[in-house]
Amino acid sequence: MSVILDVQALDVRIPLAQGMLHPVRDVSFAVERGETLCIVGESGCGKSLTSLALMDLLPRRAERRAARLIFAGEDLTRASEARMTDLRGNKMAMIFQEPMTSLNPSYSIGNQLEEALLRHRRIGRREATDRAIYLLEKVGITAAASRLTQYPHQLSGGLRQRVMIAMALMCGPDLIIADEPTTALDVTIQAQILHLLAQLQREFKMGLILITHDLGIVARVATRVAVMYAGQIVETGTVAELFARPLHPYTQGLLRCIPVPGRTKRGTHLGSIPGIVPNLIGDLVGCSFHNRCEHAYESCAATDVSQREIAPGRAYRCLLTAEQCAANAAKAAA
Amino acid sequence: MLAYAAKRICLALLVALTVSIISFGLLRLSGDLAQALAGQSSTAADVEALRKAYGLDQPLTVQYLEWAGKVLAGDFGDSFFFKEPVAAMLAQRLPVTMLLGASALTFALVLAVPLGVVAAMRPNSWIDRLALTLAVLGQALPSFWFALMLMIVFGLTLRWLPISGTGTWQHFVMPSIALGYYATPAIMRLTRAGMMEVMASDYIRTARAKGLRMPTVLFKHALRNAVIPVVALAAVQFGFMLGGSIVIETIFALHGVGYLAWESITRADFPVVQAIVLVLASIYVVLTLLADLLNAFLDPRIRIA
Repeated sequence: MSVILDVQALDVRIPLAQGMLHPVRDVSFAVERGETLCIVGESGCGKSLTSLALMDLLPRRAERRAARLIFAGEDLTRASEARMTDLRGNKMAMIFQEPMTSLNPSYSIGNQLEEALLRHRRIGRREATDRAIYLLEKVGITAAASRLTQYPHQLSGGLRQRVMIAMALMCGPDLIIADEPTTALDVTIQAQILHLLAQLQREFKMGLILITHDLGIVARVATRVAVMYAGQIVETGTVAELFARPLHPYTQGLLRCIPVPGRTKRGTHLGSIPGIVPNLIGDLVGCSFHNRCEHAYESCAATDVSQREIAPGRAYRCLLTAEQCAANAAKAAA
Repeated sequence: MLAYAAKRICLALLVALTVSIISFGLLRLSGDLAQALAGQSSTAADVEALRKAYGLDQPLTVQYLEWAGKVLAGDFGDSFFFKEPVAAMLAQRLPVTMLLGASALTFALVLAVPLGVVAAMRPNSWIDRLALTLAVLGQALPSFWFALMLMIVFGLTLRWLPISGTGTWQHFVMPSIALGYYATPAIMRLTRAGMMEVMASDYIRTARAKGLRMPTVLFKHALRNAVIPVVALAAVQFGFMLGGSIVIETIFALHGVGYLAWESITRADFPVVQAIVLVLASIYVVLTLLADLLNAFLDPRIRIA
């Protein structure tokens, strides 16, 4: 398996009137071809900005910095805007959270699907239409050919999201970034869309970054997981490791918040994490979770915590040792 | 689309009917027509004879239907003052006003839409501020003063353009600028606001995520959605330009409909005033209809409404 995307120390900074906002800090991860990396975290933890930073689609005021940002062997930190435009939609594609507003209301589905291919490949409209029909069928849309002349307002949310997925696949990208693709959909449709994404990802051997706040989704589709909190990745690992042996106190807290059929006893309280996320404006010192962490001690507020790698692809961001973390988890479970 | 167009056309016809009733009433409400036609020194018998001759003794509905039938055939009656057919007078004046209105609107759109787009691309930049200044000036300067300044600079000092009459296309340049400039601020600000809103929308992000180049994103995906409200505004502005060009027509001695309307009002020449109201209102109705159809063409969501 080859690494398709390698990110080291990605930072996003946004100057505001109140000071410098640091919504994404020191984010590092890698995605291999044919694997699904889930980035989980609560609202405002920097998941979406991370994905926009990878695509170089950040708001104009935001600054992006990275020690390393290598996509398919190419250094994106040095890529010009013209080069990024050539890559976007072509080698790396994105699916957004809001299918209702992510399609242009004035153009037909066919027009919007075909234009991605016509932009990046030297082919005729006929071939582009054929590809659009093929992919609409792939994403499970019936009567695909007749859909091409329809407009977004004539489709339901679930259908629109399928169209968005087909659109992302038009040029056969190496990497797809899906930013909460099912959040705006009904629960029944969510499952279908996720199943579809996972199946397409395997079929086309793409790398998939799936951004979500739903741990249920993670458990079902992820190969590996990165847990984000307050702009940083606090823990990464394979989905099995992370669910079985969560190390970071935040991950442990998150997992206690979801009921597990058969294990969570009737009548017991589900967990919650007290406190609120820290303000990310200005110079930030110490562990960003220390004010909500039940295991915090004095150094947590004063010492910057870097990622500790305990095995390849398995890392966490805490001053405690892995053994102490595991012991805490065991104590909480008892 | 066809059903939508049919519905719009029916509505437009209804509005036109209402307008015709109002302009018919305009003449009847302005006093006893038979008395007005006969003049002050006439006898009661003369007045009665005239009343019969012109059908003014008939019920109002009959009178209206007769009048409407004639109007549809292009007969607006004779002018009280010139004693010649109103239709002929209009045929002579209307092209001047239409040409002036069309070129003024073109000038306004060509100036305002690109300026609005550029201002929206770079909010609070020098070009945005320049556009804003132009807009404030356009709204603040009285059009007669602006027209006179144009005449002094380009007509008298530089001698580039003729200052009065309708002989050549050059005669229309300054009046069009003077009339069109007034419409520029509203169009520019609406374009700017529309573009800023559209550029922040999710589907523009999608377009960029597809790797489309900036010109495609701007002109294909953004502008088409941003100009939808501008189309309706432009139609209304065009109506204002046709009806409200009296000042400009007077200053530049363009013998258009506006000038004729003003003259006819001062002479109490009711048939002419009535015909002008009817024709301008009908043009306005047609413009609104065209704007609706154009909007439906631009925005597929409108078509099913």
